Amino acid sequence: MNRLLIAAALAAAPLAATAQDSPAARSLAATCAACHGTDGRSATKEVIGLAGLPKEHIVSQMKAFKDGTRPATVMHQLAKGYTDQQIELLAAYFAAQR
Amino acid sequence: MKRRQFLKLAAAGATLSAAGCATMSPAKARVVVIGAGFGGATAAKYIRMWDQGIEVTLVERSPFFISCPISNLVLGGSKTIDDIRRGYGGLEKYGVRLVGDEATAIDTAKRSVKLGGGTELPYDRLIVSPGIDFLFGELPGYDAAAKAGRVLHAWKAGTQTLLLRQQLEAMPDGGVYVLSIPLAPYRCPPGPYERACQVASYFKKAKPRSKVLVVDANPDVTSKAGLFKKAWAELYPGIIEYRGNAKAVDVDFKTMTVKLELDEVKGDVLNVVPPHRAGDIAAKTGLITTNNRWCNVDWRTMESTAVPGVHVLGDSTLSAPAMPKSGHMANQHGKVAAAAIVELLNSRAPNPNPVLTNTCYSFVSDTDVIHVASVHQWSEKDKTVTPVPGSGGVSAARSQQEGIYGWSWAQNIWADMLS
Repeated sequence: MNRLLIAAALAAAPLAATAQDSPAARSLAATCAACHGTDGRSATKEVIGLAGLPKEHIVSQMKAFKDGTRPATVMHQLAKGYTDQQIELLAAYFAAQR
Repeated sequence: MKRRQFLKLAAAGATLSAAGCATMSPAKARVVVIGAGFGGATAAKYIRMWDQGIEVTLVERSPFFISCPISNLVLGGSKTIDDIRRGYGGLEKYGVRLVGDEATAIDTAKRSVKLGGGTELPYDRLIVSPGIDFLFGELPGYDAAAKAGRVLHAWKAGTQTLLLRQQLEAMPDGGVYVLSIPLAPYRCPPGPYERACQVASYFKKAKPRSKVLVVDANPDVTSKAGLFKKAWAELYPGIIEYRGNAKAVDVDFKTMTVKLELDEVKGDVLNVVPPHRAGDIAAKTGLITTNNRWCNVDWRTMESTAVPGVHVLGDSTLSAPAMPKSGHMANQHGKVAAAAIVELLNSRAPNPNPVLTNTCYSFVSDTDVIHVASVHQWSEKDKTVTPVPGSGGVSAARSQQEGIYGWSWAQNIWADMLS
């Protein structure tokens, strides 16, 4: 059911579909999974899951980590390892997860 | 037909999944994975997540997974072995075929893996993720001392972890625990220094007159040096003594002595971690390329530079610049390999720009944690993956907040590889 809905949503939004389906996007998102869970579904309450978060939210938070406006223990160091384009791709991937 | 019969054989005596309708149609290709640790289990799961048309057989000799990360907390006493043990059953829902056996030989010309039980597993692509094996011979007295039960490495989590904890418990107050660290590169750069903290934490509570003596072959603490030294001084004053440039060359269990190049030290509990190299099966298969120890790979695919069609993951690899041998890195190797193998087996070009991250949390007490993190991207100039300038770093200070994140990390990475 969920998959069908996602498929329908993606068919209606070709740009998101491109991002979500691309091996580059899912591989980028997979780099986050060791801490945030497979496909962004965290196994713990202490670290947030990223699955289903709005793309704009993930992008804005990663930028805030990058420029230091959002303080962090580790994310400010990790965010700086990704280009803005890579952040767009992985954010779109997580936004498409349910 | 032959293949189906062989799969039936492989299933005998192993926990094997019959679930997953994708396995009913003929697979487009067969991948065999040797070793269900952080690298191999992750790769097996992710290949099946990303392409259910590929048949994945995961060969693992141990009936369950015991995590090296967090195992130092079993020595410290705040976690038990059950806290760091997980089953492999969660992989069945992805249609990964689990075979409980040991890979004893690989015929790379025939593309076939031979198991201890006699079964042969043909493959189109092979993943070798065996972790490390030890060069015990570099310390002539090691074998005899190990047989006598008087020296432990506890650098593969499991029985040795429990035995070391027992020896620490049995040691009288006022005793000396010696931890010997080999020259880098070795598995888990911060691991020995975390272990010193954990054993000191136990001594502080249970036998406060005891000492932790660290003899390190390296000139100085190899990871998070400032943070570890601060923790040692502030949390365990007078308990931990550290000596750099102190390479162990032999062990004499009759006198409970670790011989160094110029000196020797005595202890009541000897924890000597020998130098190591890529796992035995990698050595036997001709995958070792460098210093008789490590396996070089193309970091865009994790494919061996020595043997085509074979991908090497984890601690066995010749590390890329500034890349630690860690469980987190092996997890990332698994995903790079999975992505590349899915593309290659579908006759598409693999992702030319792999990204890998690392975060290693170290528990300097039951609750306080420090980290080191890095992000690695493909460099066309260097033809390898290199740390992104300006990214990565270590904790500003040890904290309980990172203690919470560290334990969460363990649970998430175990789930990412196994469930």
